[in-house]
Amino acid sequence: MEEVKLMKGNEVVAEAAVRCGCDGYFGYPITPQSEILETLMQMRPWETTGMVVLQAESEVAAINMVYGGAACGKKVMTSSSSPGISLMCEGLSYLAGAELPCVVVNVSRGGPGLGTIQPSQADYFQAVKGGGHGDYHLIVLAPNSVQEMYDFVFLGFELAFRYLNPVMILSDGVIGQMMEKVVLSAPVARWTDEQIAAQSSSWAVYGKPETRTRNIVTSLELEADRQEKVNLKLIEKYRRVAAEEVRYETSLCEDADYVLVAYGSSARICAKVVEMAREEGHKVGLLRPITLYPFPTKAIRELADRVKGFLSVEMNAGQMVEDVRLAAEHCAPVAHYGRMGGVVHSPSEVYEALKREFINQ
Amino acid sequence: MIKEEIIIAGFGGQGVLSMGKILAYSGVMQGLEVSWMPSYGPEMRGGTANVTVILSDRPISSPISHDFDTAIILNQQSMDKFEPMVKPGGVLIYDPNGITRTPERQDIQVYSIDATAEAARSGNMRVFNTMILGGYLKVKPILTFDYVIAGLAKSLPERLHKLLPANEAAIRQGMELIRPR
Repeated sequence: MEEVKLMKGNEVVAEAAVRCGCDGYFGYPITPQSEILETLMQMRPWETTGMVVLQAESEVAAINMVYGGAACGKKVMTSSSSPGISLMCEGLSYLAGAELPCVVVNVSRGGPGLGTIQPSQADYFQAVKGGGHGDYHLIVLAPNSVQEMYDFVFLGFELAFRYLNPVMILSDGVIGQMMEKVVLSAPVARWTDEQIAAQSSSWAVYGKPETRTRNIVTSLELEADRQEKVNLKLIEKYRRVAAEEVRYETSLCEDADYVLVAYGSSARICAKVVEMAREEGHKVGLLRPITLYPFPTKAIRELADRVKGFLSVEMNAGQMVEDVRLAAEHCAPVAHYGRMGGVVHSPSEVYEALKREFINQ
Repeated sequence: MIKEEIIIAGFGGQGVLSMGKILAYSGVMQGLEVSWMPSYGPEMRGGTANVTVILSDRPISSPISHDFDTAIILNQQSMDKFEPMVKPGGVLIYDPNGITRTPERQDIQVYSIDATAEAARSGNMRVFNTMILGGYLKVKPILTFDYVIAGLAKSLPERLHKLLPANEAAIRQGMELIRPR
């Protein structure tokens, strides 16, 4: 049974977790995402689906609990906000190295350091380029609505298990705190032990039957030659992800002179900028990356041949703009605009920046 | 076409966020698209609170706005911050209680509503925010009364539904109370 509700982005993550058959959530409170843990505690899913919800003693503990649950073939997740995600980065590197599936939600806030509690997109580099050590990638999804906050928990687990890789949902305080209408899908049952054995017998540790050799979950390899083989295998996997999982959305790019590139809440703000610009007769379009890794490089490269410029709009000092520049291969100029530190740019501020950088040049 | 961008701003405890919630739920009941974006930063912990509510019959692009069709202002700090952000021709509604500088702009429609005084007289300060809401509904009749009552019921947990009649009465009272500048 589908239901339409008015809910906060954070609250729907909890709803999605229970409804997608998640086995465990481990987290530690931090603004602006504490409602995820609070909503789960109110829902008491351990009494209905059997899902475990645990407030860990720290973010470091939470991500390692995720490692343990994921190693058993379970659907497990955590969530935090920027400083808490920094604490989890060691664990994320280990999860990626051990090829474990999980979903991690970052409702990001202003940084660096403890920074502010207001919305920010300054964790792009951390999410997309690493954060933890070693050659690894997370699959990064960027929701721009409360509905996508809900949907991407389902999509996140689907991708995590398809590629045996951690998936990050990179959100921010705007999407986490705002309320919108959301359609909640019918609940899916948690996997049974038999299902887990059937689908994850090649890697998960859920009790070894006599019919197979033991599975070892580790990111440690003492022989350099063998570690390099692990690296090559991971790179091969990231190539497949890049070939098959790029998701993006364009709006009014067909005839556009200028294209705004923005994700998450900035993409919502930019959608209004497009409306404002079109009303004044300027041909402006919007490209919204939905996956930040893999990045819609090809789509930007194709646009670069026919547009007069890209403006990368992000609530940070200029992070995604580097990937837009790489994608555009100098075929079109690329500029950046963004407020920082928890300040959310208004549509009119972005429009002024677009005029300053391109339209009035 | 309906597109109404509203900022409600005042002190924490005045029911700013819940007033926004009632508006948002009413919009949902009426079949509109809605967004509700609260301030949740340190300003909220320090005493002031605000919420942006957008009602539209089309999908809402930006939930963030700095150009409002209507501003509902309940303290002086919010007057200073949000009076300049009302669109030319837009509406500003304020409660004179605690306001030391009345609105100066001549290119907007200004209304005052003495809800603090009236709620204090009636001995029920808790309906202060729904009284203000009534004033807004009178000035901007975008939402139908029945949908607002339905939205009010949706926004309150069931254990508080005994408060519905008092709030409905306060909405009607607010409609009578609001005055142009």
